[in-house]
Amino acid sequence: MKRGPCLQRSNQTHLNHLPATRVARAWIPIPSILVTLGVALLLATLVLLTVGTSPLSVYGHLLKGSIGSWQKIVQVLNVWIPLVLCATGLLYTFRINLWNIGIEGQVMIGAVFSTGVLRSEWFVGCPMSALFISMLAAMMGGGLWALFTGYLKTRGGVNEIFAGLGMNFLAQGLILWLIFGPWKRPGMASMSGTELFPPAVWLPTLLSYRLSILGLVLAIAAILVTTFLLRHTRIGLAINAIGRNPRASFLLGLRTDRYLLLTMMLAGCFAGLAGNIQVTGIYHRLIPAISCNYGYLALMVVMLSNYRILAATIIAFFFAGINVGSIQLPMALQLDSSFSGVLQGLMVLSAICFQGWRSKRRPSASRGGTP
Amino acid sequence: MILPDPVILFAGIVASATPVIIAVIGETISEKAGVINLSLDGTILLSAMTAFSVAYQTQSILIGIGAGTFVGGIIGAGIAALSLYCRVSQVAIGFVCALMAKDLAYFLGNAYARLNGPQIGDSPLPFLRHLPVVGPILFNHNILVYCSLLLIPLSTWFLFYTRMGLTLRAVGENPLACYARGIRPQFHQIVYSGIGGALVGLSGASFALCFKPGWGRPQGAEGTGWIVLALVIFGGWNPIRACMGAYLFAFLQVAAIYLQNRFDAIPAQIFQVAPFPLMISTLLVIQLVQQDNRKKNVASKGVFRKFLAILSGSAPASLGKSFL
Repeated sequence: MKRGPCLQRSNQTHLNHLPATRVARAWIPIPSILVTLGVALLLATLVLLTVGTSPLSVYGHLLKGSIGSWQKIVQVLNVWIPLVLCATGLLYTFRINLWNIGIEGQVMIGAVFSTGVLRSEWFVGCPMSALFISMLAAMMGGGLWALFTGYLKTRGGVNEIFAGLGMNFLAQGLILWLIFGPWKRPGMASMSGTELFPPAVWLPTLLSYRLSILGLVLAIAAILVTTFLLRHTRIGLAINAIGRNPRASFLLGLRTDRYLLLTMMLAGCFAGLAGNIQVTGIYHRLIPAISCNYGYLALMVVMLSNYRILAATIIAFFFAGINVGSIQLPMALQLDSSFSGVLQGLMVLSAICFQGWRSKRRPSASRGGTP
Repeated sequence: MILPDPVILFAGIVASATPVIIAVIGETISEKAGVINLSLDGTILLSAMTAFSVAYQTQSILIGIGAGTFVGGIIGAGIAALSLYCRVSQVAIGFVCALMAKDLAYFLGNAYARLNGPQIGDSPLPFLRHLPVVGPILFNHNILVYCSLLLIPLSTWFLFYTRMGLTLRAVGENPLACYARGIRPQFHQIVYSGIGGALVGLSGASFALCFKPGWGRPQGAEGTGWIVLALVIFGGWNPIRACMGAYLFAFLQVAAIYLQNRFDAIPAQIFQVAPFPLMISTLLVIQLVQQDNRKKNVASKGVFRKFLAILSGSAPASLGKSFL
């Protein structure tokens, strides 16, 4: 993997979405963070005031409910793991300028494949190998599901957004059919899902807390692998090049179609792994809402991070905290827990509008990486 | 299994397709003008919540419908304006709005959940309802159903046979050329996206005040927005064809209820999936026909080709692209 330093540097400056003349890189974009948080909190406070509750108590509950105790932090990490897996997967597709909205379905298919492996009777003897194989199957399933969407794009000319949306609903239909049909509980089928797996095939957790170390390790590994792949390999260079200018990349001899399919498959693999962890680590069965909207949430995370991996991991933790913290809003203040979604949405909205507005005011700055 | 009376069956299809049809026409108008409003799912729920809560507070259905329509229009116009003046991709902003408006609806509507509010009653048309078969199917409903039936020809006429419709389509196809001709694409895109959004809002209001009365979590209108999006594509950006798709979908849903009695194991949600494979195959067919046209295969005009050409359509050329 030898590349001239000149090539590498030019690649880096393009990645940071900075004008070519600027050498120094703003590591922490403080003005955008301040504006985003300020505008989002202002609007969210207005929303809270219209409902007639004290905003301070709501924010206090959000904080206490997310990082108030070790128990809560473990819960946040349990949300963070699938979120980060999806977000790292999405980075590949966003870098190549694909809007992989089908990530939600890819998570679901990962969950379906791992449930299929864990239900089968081949691995009754050795639960660890069953877990391992279910992980592989989930990655394969998610990858293939994404690959089909990719083929629809490269061969069929179907926009990946519509294809992905359609595939999401197909995956949801598949899960419902499985839960009410072939995989229903003996006696009765219900929305509460399939039967619980034996505890032997649950993801091993830390003694008193329900945190699975393996999941955490996988999430961190995904971050490292993605960073390495996108920054320091030829594949990453090709992905970024195609994302910036597909025509020129094609003329220079890159097989753009193959790279599109590759990124879709990588995203699907990561999403499938997230689905596997949802099944083996959290619910221990297949339920209709197995994906918990983490795919869609990860899309928001990556948009807010401006397609940067380190920022995405931090924002994923932040969003996971908001999600977990809002769980106790109905109990404590008789509010709906969907306040988390409002807060997250307002943040993403103000961030992308601010970025767009700034790039418009300063045309030399590139377009913030927006596909 | 007892087969249902076909007249009642078709009357049910016409009624249950109504909110979908109103939203499909709204989205078709906005996409024809080049603005893709991806926020439908959230918009429908937020306007449903607004319509119900306002109607509950004021005890006036008319004000409720107005409020719901207004919310939809604001969201539609807002997406167009932000994409033009803040240079944000329409898909990104629409997607975020879809998720956020849904959560906002649940959050703000929490106080109004499971209350009994005002409802739109049936108002059969005086003479038409006594027509032999057509009467009970088409003219024995509430005012919204008649609205949707009127909207289908009205929107087609507006889009394809008026000067304003021509401008609308031109803005969606080539905003730069419009600009050169002295038309302001920004203005038209914002206005038509607003009108389309208002129709989507009306559809949401009709859910809360008539077809799935009341507000709750879940309300019952969840997922309709995405289905509408699929149906607009299935219709090839033509209001009449898209509405045919909506009726087909309503037929599948009504059929699902009867089928469910027979195969009680299968939940009705599975039939909600039907529009999506149809959407994907329509997009595939469009691509196929365009490739065919590019090769200038005029000689190969078999029945199958003609059939494909009917199923095809073409998206507005600058759909989803920001003019500024």
